[in-house]
Amino acid sequence: MTRHSAEARVPVLFVVPAGLGLAILLLPLAGLLARAPWNRLGEILGSDGVLTALRLSVLTATLATAICLVCGIPLAWLLARGSFPGRSLLRGLVTVPLVLPPVIGGIALLVAFGRGGTVGSWLESATGTTLPFTTAAVVIAQSFVAMPFLVIAVEGALRGADRRYEDVAATLGASPWTIFRRVTLPAVAPGVLSGAVLCWARALGEFGATITFAGSFPGITRTLPLEAYTAIGAGDAETAIVLSLLMIVVAVAVLALLRDRWLVRG
Amino acid sequence: MSLLAKVAVRRGDFELDVTLEVSAGSVISLLGPNGAGKSTLLAVLAGLLRPDSAIIELDGETVIDTVKGTYVAARHRRVGLVLQDYLLFPHLSALENAAFGLRSRGVPRRRSRSVAAAWLARLGVGDVADRRPRELSGGQAQRVALARALAVEPRLLLLDEPLAALDVGTRPAVRADLRRHLADYDGCAIVVTHDPLEALVLGDRLVVIEHGRIVQEGTPEQVTRHPLTDYVARLVGLNLLRGSADGRVATVGPEAVVTLAHDAAGPVHIAFSPASVTLSPHRPEGSARNAWAGSVADMERHGDLVRVTVDGPVPVLADVTPLAVADLDLAPGIAVWASVKATEITVYPA
Repeated sequence: MTRHSAEARVPVLFVVPAGLGLAILLLPLAGLLARAPWNRLGEILGSDGVLTALRLSVLTATLATAICLVCGIPLAWLLARGSFPGRSLLRGLVTVPLVLPPVIGGIALLVAFGRGGTVGSWLESATGTTLPFTTAAVVIAQSFVAMPFLVIAVEGALRGADRRYEDVAATLGASPWTIFRRVTLPAVAPGVLSGAVLCWARALGEFGATITFAGSFPGITRTLPLEAYTAIGAGDAETAIVLSLLMIVVAVAVLALLRDRWLVRG
Repeated sequence: MSLLAKVAVRRGDFELDVTLEVSAGSVISLLGPNGAGKSTLLAVLAGLLRPDSAIIELDGETVIDTVKGTYVAARHRRVGLVLQDYLLFPHLSALENAAFGLRSRGVPRRRSRSVAAAWLARLGVGDVADRRPRELSGGQAQRVALARALAVEPRLLLLDEPLAALDVGTRPAVRADLRRHLADYDGCAIVVTHDPLEALVLGDRLVVIEHGRIVQEGTPEQVTRHPLTDYVARLVGLNLLRGSADGRVATVGPEAVVTLAHDAAGPVHIAFSPASVTLSPHRPEGSARNAWAGSVADMERHGDLVRVTVDGPVPVLADVTPLAVADLDLAPGIAVWASVKATEITVYPA
């Protein structure tokens, strides 16, 4: 039995919509490249506003990733290994921020953590501080949208790990914590790494929840995407384009980094 | 160091119910077909599976008593486990693998490593201490896994198919080595296997388990000479018939009798080697000869001989030479007479 090559069966009708789809995906990027002020690149990237936003973005995205790692790995462990009622419901809830419009996430955060909010009013009376419109709010907003990426990646890795290694470790006298640290964690390290990279990239690009919950204050809450948005609003297209290119470079780098693990299958 | 275990586990249709006693320093070969419950028993002994009801005593210490509610967790049990695919921690070197148990028990790094290195050297893999598991051969990995288990001085050592992952060429050498190391070990050891040769070489005693029950136990000699079930008989390469004896005749089926060389009475097992069975196209002559008509059901190569399965009122296995196969024109479906001398038959009470 011979197999015909797949291309022989592509309906001609597909060429037009497929080309149109590609154009929708790629033309904007091409436009950015075409309009990029290449001779002023260094100058714009080195300007105070951009550098401040860049520094803030890297700081907040890294902090958010750290929070996601500290909270997300145990959460993933419970979802993968725990046996408690409502586990599958919980797994579904954890992924809600993935499909929720980020602005809605921001509103939810504001309602919960804002002045007079459920947690916010308690926090204010207990510590005298409020979260909204602070750098901490940026980190929380980023954690909110990025955590599912880490949890899903780590949970998948945990499910795929051979638990008999943990059994052997237990018979050798290892405590549950030692087993986790010396056997399980090294086994799922690639999953944790790819989850953390996705998480960081998502946090870096966070816009909607951040602007809603943290506002756009230079040096405090104005991260790279907010800086780009501010620039385009103020008619400074060149800065907006340069910042966009910067974010694209980061995104492509992330894709390249994760290519072998996640994005190419079969 | 001794082990006493009464274990019952129920899982759906499957039920494991065994009582096992292992004296200090002895090696038990736990033999049985797939799904007999060998691995389940091992998991219970290692503390990886909670039995429905069990009493397990190790060295006089109760590790499990489901009536009194005693349960010692795997990590406090000091039971060594070596599994078929060894499961060496892939991110650790052979030395770090061997030192894992001691490190987990709070022994300082330097001391753990020196003890682990001594174990690796003792098992003949001292020269690969720095290698990662993926750089080890099957035989080396097995020894490192054994060193890892032995380094914490377990009271009970469990080996699940320890040679199954090795290629046929290296198996005899590793098996002989393992036997030597098990002889040196002063705790109890249980080797799970479905390879009869492995069971005979490694074990002081054989315990055969089928359908969750112990069906036979004894020294290798007892078990091989007097198999009690078809499975054991097949393993040791004997024909096994069950019947009821009266004098020198035993009835083994509605129309089938076996002539015996000695008097016997009551329910008996009748065993004889396939090599002692002769096949012929016609009923053979001779009074002390048992002869049963049947037809060839199957033929397969068995060393230099051909093992022929004969179906009939008395089903038997016969080992014949390829020459005889050609002479008799044997093929599946052909009618033959299978005969065996009464003096070649072993009879023992069922």
